[in-house]
Amino acid sequence: MAEVKEKIIQTLSDVTVRFAGDSGDGMQLTGMQFSDTTAWVGNDLSTLPDYPAEIRAPAGTLYGVSGFQLHFSSLDVNTPGDVPDVLVAMNPAALKKNLSELRPNGTIIVNTDSFDAKNLKLARYENNPLEDSTLDGYHVHKVPISSLTSNALEGCPLSVKEVARCKNFFALGMMYWLYNRPLDKTEEWLKKKFAKTPELIDANQKALKAGYNFGEITEIFTTRYIVEPAQLPKGRYRNISGNEATAIGFLTASVKSKLPLFLGSYPITPASEILQYLSSYKSFGVKTLQAEDEIAGITSAIGAAFAGNLALTTTSGPGMALKSEAIGLAVMTELPLVIVDVQRGGPSTGLPTKTEQADLLQAVYGRNGEAPVVVIAACTPTDCFFQAIEACRIALKYMTPVILLTDGYIANGSEPWKIPELKDIPDISVSFRTETEGFFPYLRNENLARPWAIPGTPGLEHRIGGLEKADITGNVNYDPDNHDKMVHIRDNKIKNIANDIPELKVEGDETGDVLVLGWGGTYGTLKDSITRARAAGYKVSQAHLRYLNPLPKNTGDVLKNFKKILIPEINLGQLAKIIKSEFVISVEQFNLVRGLPLKSKDVLGKIIELAGGNNGN
Amino acid sequence: MATNEEVKTKKYTAKDFSSDQDVRWCPGCGDYSILAQVQRTFPEIIEKEVEKIVWISGIGCSSRFPYYMNTYGFHSIHGRAPAIATGVKVANPDLDVWVATGDGDLLSIGGNHFIHACRKNVDLKVLLFNNRIYGLTKGQYSPTSEKGKVTKTTPFGSIDYPFNPISLAIGSNATFIARTIDRYPKHLQEMIKRASAHKGLAFIEIFQNCNIFNDGAFSVLTEKDTKDDSVLVLEHGKPMVFGKDSDKGIKLDGPKPIIVDLANGSFSKDDLLIHDEFSNEPILAMILAHMTDHPEYPTPIGVFRQVHRETYDAGIRDQINAVTEKRGKGDLEKVLFGANTWEVN
Repeated sequence: MAEVKEKIIQTLSDVTVRFAGDSGDGMQLTGMQFSDTTAWVGNDLSTLPDYPAEIRAPAGTLYGVSGFQLHFSSLDVNTPGDVPDVLVAMNPAALKKNLSELRPNGTIIVNTDSFDAKNLKLARYENNPLEDSTLDGYHVHKVPISSLTSNALEGCPLSVKEVARCKNFFALGMMYWLYNRPLDKTEEWLKKKFAKTPELIDANQKALKAGYNFGEITEIFTTRYIVEPAQLPKGRYRNISGNEATAIGFLTASVKSKLPLFLGSYPITPASEILQYLSSYKSFGVKTLQAEDEIAGITSAIGAAFAGNLALTTTSGPGMALKSEAIGLAVMTELPLVIVDVQRGGPSTGLPTKTEQADLLQAVYGRNGEAPVVVIAACTPTDCFFQAIEACRIALKYMTPVILLTDGYIANGSEPWKIPELKDIPDISVSFRTETEGFFPYLRNENLARPWAIPGTPGLEHRIGGLEKADITGNVNYDPDNHDKMVHIRDNKIKNIANDIPELKVEGDETGDVLVLGWGGTYGTLKDSITRARAAGYKVSQAHLRYLNPLPKNTGDVLKNFKKILIPEINLGQLAKIIKSEFVISVEQFNLVRGLPLKSKDVLGKIIELAGGNNGN
Repeated sequence: MATNEEVKTKKYTAKDFSSDQDVRWCPGCGDYSILAQVQRTFPEIIEKEVEKIVWISGIGCSSRFPYYMNTYGFHSIHGRAPAIATGVKVANPDLDVWVATGDGDLLSIGGNHFIHACRKNVDLKVLLFNNRIYGLTKGQYSPTSEKGKVTKTTPFGSIDYPFNPISLAIGSNATFIARTIDRYPKHLQEMIKRASAHKGLAFIEIFQNCNIFNDGAFSVLTEKDTKDDSVLVLEHGKPMVFGKDSDKGIKLDGPKPIIVDLANGSFSKDDLLIHDEFSNEPILAMILAHMTDHPEYPTPIGVFRQVHRETYDAGIRDQINAVTEKRGKGDLEKVLFGANTWEVN
């Protein structure tokens, strides 16, 4: 056996890795395992899964490439990283598709076994990029991952195909060695995942260890890296994605309001996971109804709200379009209802697995008639938890539909989360009307909310519906003055909620040259670019809207204190449109609609351009 | 205020189910009869307190029904009543949930919700007011209008084939399927009672005359001189006899029903098809359903089929109970802190 050379150990503060391979290569799983272990060793992190809409596109093709990007650091992490430092490419297509994104001088680890004539052709490489000058300027580590995996699994009872599928765990083991991470968490996970098929535990564990040991003995890797734990606030942590945080947020709202949770939903990417998570919480009395279509998803929830449950429906853009009429019904009947739109690329079917922010105007305005609803948005994966609770609080207190906007990026992306103490989360008080004396279905309280009198309550039998209601009695009414009055009441009810939401916070100085105003999932990117701009001396501040309708009541005052307002969005300027019409001011826009999160360097460039400085160096 | 004890022992009358709203259907509309029969029947059939009854409707003339019932009610949006009703029933299985709907509402825009409510066997009572026309939009043909019908949108006659609602309900696995006619008050009451007693999705197709836009659509079934020869009243365990003098019967020739003359001595009641509401196989019900499509046959009314299957709402409740019993009541701390956590000091 060759003598093992001493490896150099180097400490890094910040690394971005991208795993890429075929849709069937298990890259999402590999990425998630690496993330969980990385979170567990105490790094701050942010992830960006990026996968095709096709479940198993033909192997080896460019459109079948699935990627998972992970940014981890001993410092504060706000984004999944603009450019990867390291690319793990399991086949030529993965290399081709991702190479242009890699940082100059970056590191590439390739599975050389997959660089055969067939796969090169599928990836449209005329020459083998491992043999020509394509990869000049990068640190390339050529590892025959497939054959090393099958060697390691020699004699195991699995089929050749099954053995081949273990190669992602070899790659994972190798990366664990390279970044000095323990194998325990993944080994535990394997034992749970394959509890019924011990031979798969054994095989994947062997592949994982073989990858790790390969790092140790190979001469390919001369350096090993250490990324120290980040300085996070004290507490108990877990890694969580936006969709899981949304689901747990709703569960918490159900516990805190003491109302049974009802979810009517139809599977749709990228929102299905919320339905999946909630359907597993049966022991909390959660009722999940997988409906026949999007419309039945929301209308069954409206029925459940009428009957006194905490009612939700979850979807993405195309489903929102289908639910529009029913949202109007919930506005007219003034029932509490939460609608989650996990935004994806549109229009139409669009880019199902990619992120976008182009449903804002649909959420705020997309209904017939004057149909105001509350619209709020989550800005990070963990913020989904709090905004899910907030959506329920507002819906129940004001008897109104509330739309919660998240997006594909924060829904699938994950980050470490300091788990909140339950006692710190306030109860949501709900009282059903039971008193018959003086009861009218549309007699309002000080919040303009009507009483919630649920079927089963003696003496309060009444009828509601989509036809215009007479003020107070709620009877069908076509009187012109009554209609005008009701239109205004519904509008004022939503506007008044501005008094019950937090004011818009400015991060950085309260005055300056540029205020970067954002909303939703771009928070981390904007924070990153502003931090960099401020470090370079620019007078830039950040404000991020978590409430879109109504807007926080100090929004206009905040905007006044800056010479320029920059609104970066992953759409063509939908928040910009709202801000311009609401405050009659001019704003600067930065819009890039690529189905991917914005990059902080791009936003930084725009900030510098606006701040009128040089290049910021 | 009445005490709970008083409420429980209270006997209701038809008037108790009548709301304070003026009924706004056209004079002479078949809907009046349906409302009257429901209000007459309810005091007898309702075992629960009035506050546990909920009427859900969609859009159309029939869907104004909840406004006239002094119960909880929800007049919703076009076609969605079965889905809203499903949400109500699942949220609170203790409620009696009734759906009032029309042929456009249930079979055109709401067709998807109807077939899935049937498939899931949600414990709902669905009353289809079938007048074979769009009334509230003033006279366009509906999915149950006969082919060739001349209406405002089909000036040269409709070219599409109608749905057979009974056949659709059987095909969608509804567990109770019946038909009646607005002008048959006793029969209509009987069907409402039967539907009410059924646990699961109970579907009643009610032939209802729209005297403004489709007057006389069912007159052959309701006029004195034609009705006996045109209507076959189904009764469980009884041979299928019809005709003014009970002189005709239905017999099967393979899968094909044939009409036989009982008066000429060739056939007796012993030769006739015996109705079986409770057959596990939907074949007989389907044969009877399709007799409606052929004018040479009498139109069957009564219960086509009644079978028993666990209801959707009970299934959801039972699953929650079973999981809770097995795993214990949900603990939010465990969900929050359960998975792969670590401490930062």
